[in-house]
Amino acid sequence: MSSGWTTKALAVLAKDIRTELRTRYSLNALFMFAFTTLVVVSFSLGQLSLGVQVLSALYWIIIFFASMSALSGVFVKEEDAKTAQTLRLFARPSVIYAGKLIYNMLLLAILCALLTPLYVVFMNVTVPDWPLFLVVVLLGIIGLSGATTIIGAIVAKANVRGALFAVLSFPVLLPLLVAAIGGTDAALVGAGWAGAENHVKFLVAYAVIMITTSAVLFDFVWNG
Amino acid sequence: MALSLTVEKLSKSFGARKVIKDLSFTVSIPGSLGITGRNGSGKTTLMKILCQLVPPTNGKVAIREGEAEIASTDCFNYLKMITPEMALYEMLTGYENLKFFSTLAGVRLDHTEQDELLERVGLIERGDDLVLAYSSGMKQRLKYAVALLAKPAILLLDEPTSNLDDAGKAIVREIIARQRSEGMLIIATNEAEDLKQVEHVIRLDN
Repeated sequence: MSSGWTTKALAVLAKDIRTELRTRYSLNALFMFAFTTLVVVSFSLGQLSLGVQVLSALYWIIIFFASMSALSGVFVKEEDAKTAQTLRLFARPSVIYAGKLIYNMLLLAILCALLTPLYVVFMNVTVPDWPLFLVVVLLGIIGLSGATTIIGAIVAKANVRGALFAVLSFPVLLPLLVAAIGGTDAALVGAGWAGAENHVKFLVAYAVIMITTSAVLFDFVWNG
Repeated sequence: MALSLTVEKLSKSFGARKVIKDLSFTVSIPGSLGITGRNGSGKTTLMKILCQLVPPTNGKVAIREGEAEIASTDCFNYLKMITPEMALYEMLTGYENLKFFSTLAGVRLDHTEQDELLERVGLIERGDDLVLAYSSGMKQRLKYAVALLAKPAILLLDEPTSNLDDAGKAIVREIIARQRSEGMLIIATNEAEDLKQVEHVIRLDN
């Protein structure tokens, strides 16, 4: 991997960040969905006390659906604006994939950075093991970005996109969500690293397999 | 080493409809070729196949440097295409588009060189404006600046003078004249004036 390759991938990332800051298309969709869901859930539950397992599941459900509303946009925008063909004439597919993957990771990281403190306050959550919680969230973000980036590229080529992204993503992301919920649960009950070991190992394996497979398949998806 | 583009027994079908059938030709540098034919005859499809944006049904497109064939994954380094079906980033300025695509092309372009490119296509006054605010003709001109920044050995132009006013057409014809003498030029058009600029013409009539 040459420095030229890295510079080009970062150029794709910088371009996406710049255009996003000018349009706020994905950021608005992500945050509005996450925030409204959190507020609705919080107010509808009132003083009702939820178990740790339910709290963990709710946290990842909000992230999952928020990501469904925005993360396919990185490729859909390129196809709709007819800039995808221009990109194909200027860069290798791997450069495009890397730039888009990092961009989606960044979006999810910002979402989680804003959502987590709000979630803790609104849902009255106590986190006894912050390092484990943050590691699980980070691994979840990497796996979720890896899956949604390649699925977003596939969906961008289709005529019926809206439902397709969620339909394709759900079975692919289900194992990740189960492991992330398990890991978050372990962090919230204070089970320590030993209690979350299997979940963390699974999240690492999922992220590695998903990103490696996607990087190999992306050439066919992008040029197909 | 002389660069050439060879098309061998190329066919393209969409379902049962055969658009291009057993087409073969070679163009070398310096050289130029025009592709013409009625609407729907496959001109744009052929241009996309030459750029490897669309796979052929049968046959082959190869870029050769002397006898050595360039790997298909590297072909985009040798050719650029301008077509009404392609677009630049509307939420970036003219300068930002040039900088982005020059980085992707691996070309180091300083501000003076960016100015020269924009001057060449008559957009020097609007380089800091978002492309969103450009007219369709100005967007077309900026596409030329972006395509030319990489100094492509092979330049493919699909409907090169569409959306352009007389001044824009004059700029394009200057670009065509220079590319024809220094590199390889392939034009897909039905404009008689544009076809006069090339050495050979292929008519696609199924």
